[in-house]
Amino acid sequence: MASVPKPDQLLKIDHRPPQTGWMDTPVVFKKGTYSHAAKAKNLEAVDLPNPRDWSPDQQDWKLPENWKEIVLEGLRERLSRYRSLQIFMDICVRCGACADKCHFFIGSGDPKNMPVLRAELLRSVYRKDFTTAGKILGKFAGARELTTDVIKEWFYYFFQCTECRRCSVFCPYGIDTAEITIIVRELLNLLGCNIDWIAGPVANCYRTGNHLGIQPHTFKDMVEFCVEDIEKLTGVKIEPTFNRKGAEILFVTPSGDVFADPGTYTLMGYLMLFHELGLDYTWSTYASDGGNFGFFHSMEMAKRLNYKIYAEAKRLGVKWILGGECGHMWRVIHQYMDTMNGPADFLEVPVSPITGTRFDHAGSTKMVHIAEFTADLIRHNKLKLDARRNDHFKVTFHDSCNPARSMGLFEEPRYVLRNVCNHFYDMPEGTIREQTFCCGSGGGLNSDEFSEMRMRGGFPRANAVRYVREKYGVNTLACICAVDRAALPPLMQYWVPGVEVAGLHELVGNALIMSGEVPRTSDLRGNPLAEGDGDGDV
Amino acid sequence: MALAEWMRQNKAPVVTKWFQVLLADYAGESGRFLEKYQEQFANPMGYAFFQGLEGLFEQLLEGLEPHRVRPCLDKIMRIRAVEDFSPSQAVDFVFRLKGVVREQLSGEIQANRVSTPEILAFETMIDNLALLAFDQYMLCREHLNEVRINEIKNRTARLLARAGGATF
Repeated sequence: MASVPKPDQLLKIDHRPPQTGWMDTPVVFKKGTYSHAAKAKNLEAVDLPNPRDWSPDQQDWKLPENWKEIVLEGLRERLSRYRSLQIFMDICVRCGACADKCHFFIGSGDPKNMPVLRAELLRSVYRKDFTTAGKILGKFAGARELTTDVIKEWFYYFFQCTECRRCSVFCPYGIDTAEITIIVRELLNLLGCNIDWIAGPVANCYRTGNHLGIQPHTFKDMVEFCVEDIEKLTGVKIEPTFNRKGAEILFVTPSGDVFADPGTYTLMGYLMLFHELGLDYTWSTYASDGGNFGFFHSMEMAKRLNYKIYAEAKRLGVKWILGGECGHMWRVIHQYMDTMNGPADFLEVPVSPITGTRFDHAGSTKMVHIAEFTADLIRHNKLKLDARRNDHFKVTFHDSCNPARSMGLFEEPRYVLRNVCNHFYDMPEGTIREQTFCCGSGGGLNSDEFSEMRMRGGFPRANAVRYVREKYGVNTLACICAVDRAALPPLMQYWVPGVEVAGLHELVGNALIMSGEVPRTSDLRGNPLAEGDGDGDV
Repeated sequence: MALAEWMRQNKAPVVTKWFQVLLADYAGESGRFLEKYQEQFANPMGYAFFQGLEGLFEQLLEGLEPHRVRPCLDKIMRIRAVEDFSPSQAVDFVFRLKGVVREQLSGEIQANRVSTPEILAFETMIDNLALLAFDQYMLCREHLNEVRINEIKNRTARLLARAGGATF
């Protein structure tokens, strides 16, 4: 006879989550919380292993037969190559300082998003196969067998880390959990397990130089589209050059600025600024993306995609490189480019042709961030600005993770903002500068199918924006990152409706008084200015 | 009236218990973190949950005016709508207020200081609140989908506009 539960048994409903240990709780792939798998054609484009069609929510991931051997050998190789990885594996005392610092943990309450536990997903495998205690004591020493469920768990959680490095700010040992994510993603790549939002842009970038796969004539066309818009708004005709040999400066920016709103308004700001300065610069249609999704794939891929910047600088014979507003692009440039593809001995230490400032901190990479460049111009009183043209904006500033935590770029963007806007309000301490909260979509996780998880990850940031909106009426979230410009608008629409997202140089473009301009009647987006704000009378 | 008076006097313990019941949906370590509801920026989820529950409890005492209830519900449901919960799990915490109140009220019931019709009327209000919570959940889900659609459109809008003036 079948065992039928009694009514009082049926009434005993346990609302609590499963109480199995984290090692024994496999992940469930629910739509909205994972990104689509990398397509075979995008892996083939850059000669990556195991190209195939598969989906994370299917049982069979079509892994190579010797997948376990591949992963363990890959880990062994990386442990010997990166001393930092070996230290990160051994040194963590699980003090918990990082535990509640990850935006995905704070926004979702999923314990495996505590950085310490996320790292433990790898560390447990490391212990089992690379430490004596783990080999002998197994689970008692925090070790576990590498199984396909572990691979699935890695895929789920390491493609939930945006590599923002907020956790590493709080680690007393300086463990960089982003680097652990980088290594696990490398291991997953050995099995052909990546997400298409990374693999697609990587394939495009390798072929055309930019993530969207836009060819040179279209790239030029899109920049000129912005030039037409600027002429309509200001009456000033700008004539940017492309692939011009002998220019003093090569300008490289993320392709998101060229193709997607609101990045395009930032691009207009760059064009207007450079024209007004009479800067001797050129665009490259091959180094047409400073962004580097290869960095979200592997160090080797980051190097391959970064190579074009110096190659184009050399081909065009420029003296130094100016870089636009981007996040991870600057982590690669500031922390890796010099040793990956440098030293760029053929370039000169950057000197601003307008102010004469020598950017010694970029003496080796030869590449300067545009926020530093513009702050220097304002500091030397080289720009005519009418901040009243931004009076319809009440602005706060989102410190983009990489410029903040990798470069310490805190003051320059704020200095620029205070000079081009009359209404600027910082978000509360603990949510800005080196402790800034991530947009929730960095690290290659900006896919639309990942929307639910992005909303969770971005909630701590949105919560701080909501605070300044309620307190000061903030309606504009300024930032210096192309992923932010793509990711923050939907985040704001969901959590803090009424807040728009703008690049720093969009606001510079609004305020900039250009020689020969007609009185401005609208800002770069076509929003009408308040009467008397566009006449340039400062 | 005895029940309403009791509710007013016992707002803090009831809301705190209700908050703990809601946090039971989150695994051990997470629940302990979320409990620190005073930290508005370091723990926005816990803060929003507590603020929302406190507001909802007050609205239950005030007669449950939908336009006043919705902002409180939104603080909670906007978060629950993007988490791993099914719709029924997402609104379940509302029903569980019944258990919280019954437990806290057991002494009053045994002493016959609160009448059964009063309790039934209050529980009916909780049912109505659950319906409003489900509406709010759906509103957030629809909003999320709308945001996603807009995002997809925006990715190609400028290229299409350049190609032939096409707009969505």
